[in-house]
Amino acid sequence: MEAASTPANHPLLQGPPNLKRRRRVNRALEVVAWVSAVVAVAALFIVVASVFVKGVGALNLDFLTQGQVAFGPGGGIGNALVGTGIIVLLAAAMAIPIGVLVALYTSEFAKSRSASAIRYVLDILNGVPTIITGLFVVVLIVKPQGHQSGFAGAVGLAIVMLPLVARSTQEVLALVPSSVKEAGLALGVSRWRTIVSVIVPTAFGGILTASLVAVARAAGETAPLLLACSIFPTTTVTDPSQAMANIPIVIFQYSESPDPSKHTQAWAAALILILFVLLLSSIARVFSARVKKRLEGTR
Amino acid sequence: MNPKTDELDVTIDPENAERGGTSPPDARGFRPPAATAAPASTPGPAGNEVGRVELKDLSAFYGSNHAVRGIDVTFEPNRVTAIIGPSGCGKSTMVRCVNRMHEEIPGARSEGQILLDGIDLKGPRVDVVAVRRAVGMVFQKPNPFPTMSVYDNVAAGLKLTGAPRKTIEAKVEDALKGAGLWDEVSDRLDSPGMGLSGGQQQRLCIARALAVDPEVLLMDEPCSSLDPIATLRIEELISQLKERVTIAIVTHNMQQAARVADTTAFMLNGDLVEVASTDKIFTNPDDERTEQYVSGKFG
Repeated sequence: MEAASTPANHPLLQGPPNLKRRRRVNRALEVVAWVSAVVAVAALFIVVASVFVKGVGALNLDFLTQGQVAFGPGGGIGNALVGTGIIVLLAAAMAIPIGVLVALYTSEFAKSRSASAIRYVLDILNGVPTIITGLFVVVLIVKPQGHQSGFAGAVGLAIVMLPLVARSTQEVLALVPSSVKEAGLALGVSRWRTIVSVIVPTAFGGILTASLVAVARAAGETAPLLLACSIFPTTTVTDPSQAMANIPIVIFQYSESPDPSKHTQAWAAALILILFVLLLSSIARVFSARVKKRLEGTR
Repeated sequence: MNPKTDELDVTIDPENAERGGTSPPDARGFRPPAATAAPASTPGPAGNEVGRVELKDLSAFYGSNHAVRGIDVTFEPNRVTAIIGPSGCGKSTMVRCVNRMHEEIPGARSEGQILLDGIDLKGPRVDVVAVRRAVGMVFQKPNPFPTMSVYDNVAAGLKLTGAPRKTIEAKVEDALKGAGLWDEVSDRLDSPGMGLSGGQQQRLCIARALAVDPEVLLMDEPCSSLDPIATLRIEELISQLKERVTIAIVTHNMQQAARVADTTAFMLNGDLVEVASTDKIFTNPDDERTEQYVSGKFG
């Protein structure tokens, strides 16, 4: 009945050529992409879960507050927590201001040629293997000083952080609409005042995010510390001119220890480190979501 | 070159007229004596005949692109001058030369003279910041500062240039009243400026520009992103504001020029084709191209 009124060779009824094959390819690609996503998520999940399972047993208040014990069970990583805290804070104090200023220079003052040259240099710096950064710090600080120190470690971490802070801050500054900057300038506000009072506050959440991500990265960075700050006492040191214990090196040393109780402590220290990184990343996410929302409002 | 016809009938000597204006003496409200004293701004009392802008043989370039080709035009005090013309004819570039925002663009420069009350705004003794305090600007898209409240947006120009705290509050209220926004926002001065509607945001930007007591207000297609009702509000506002500042408005919308402007200038391909009273431009222009443009034959 219907066939009588609709011609069977109508283009709509024919469908495009190879329709079946195209559907199969589409489906296959979808599955491959999905599996890749699952693998990525699973990798993180497996790492976190195994660290948790193996390390949670050794975790208690004493472990967080006591200093290290050279042999056998007992003791903690209190000294290493203090050391990492001081080293990372020092590194952040060096890298964040310089990184933000570099970003401000490239996005607000530099000519486009030198700006892209600086971006290129930062990308190279970001790609330098951190063990080489460590060697550089050895030559620059450890050798002249004659011994390792927390400060030398901090300089190494600062070099790792600098390109991260600078590049992500550049990206956030690029999101600040030029109309906002024009508004400041057209109001008779000087250039630096416009930057300090209008552009930086507008991008502040993003700059904070960049800084937190860089801190999270530096907290777990091992190679520069291996060369600059790895021979340290088991007690708490607060003077950065001396070598001070730190989490990544403690994890490294304990994992190589013949003593199985130290292995568990290595997992526990790793758990602390990974929780810290997860926490910072989550906070960073909240801020970056906030700044995105605000900046989108201006478009 | 430019058939500049119909010299305006308002020819007032700015020096003699400074004291004897037509508008009420306190029309500009709280202007403190010489508070914005700067080489470029001649702070006179009460919206009188200060704020005459004369462009003499003004050319503007983007690199080698000659965007404005030697034009002569005067923006008379207490008058609205509309600049019309097809896209890309140099209207915006021309007004952006007046507050020297044009030179913010890399590779852009201008030649010729821009006189405000007889002082060359490009002269060596004139600071660009002073120029922009004397010549305010409202942009195509409302661009309130995204991190600031309604109040802070209006106060920004005063705060960021170090005006005494006491005077700010009164000036903010005066500027918001001047922009016809006070009744709508007086109960939410602390809420974010971005939370206002588009039309309110644009009036907020007008208030922000008025707060620093400019002599001239440049408006670069201020209604192009607004709905018809918000546009109407801005147009009414323009008619009131000309008591207070000299206004130059760039517009795509010929009806708008006809509604708000006392004088209209028609530009084409970087040349000033004709400037005359708005009536004349729209009813009996001298130049054939003006006639064709205003009757919608091209552009």
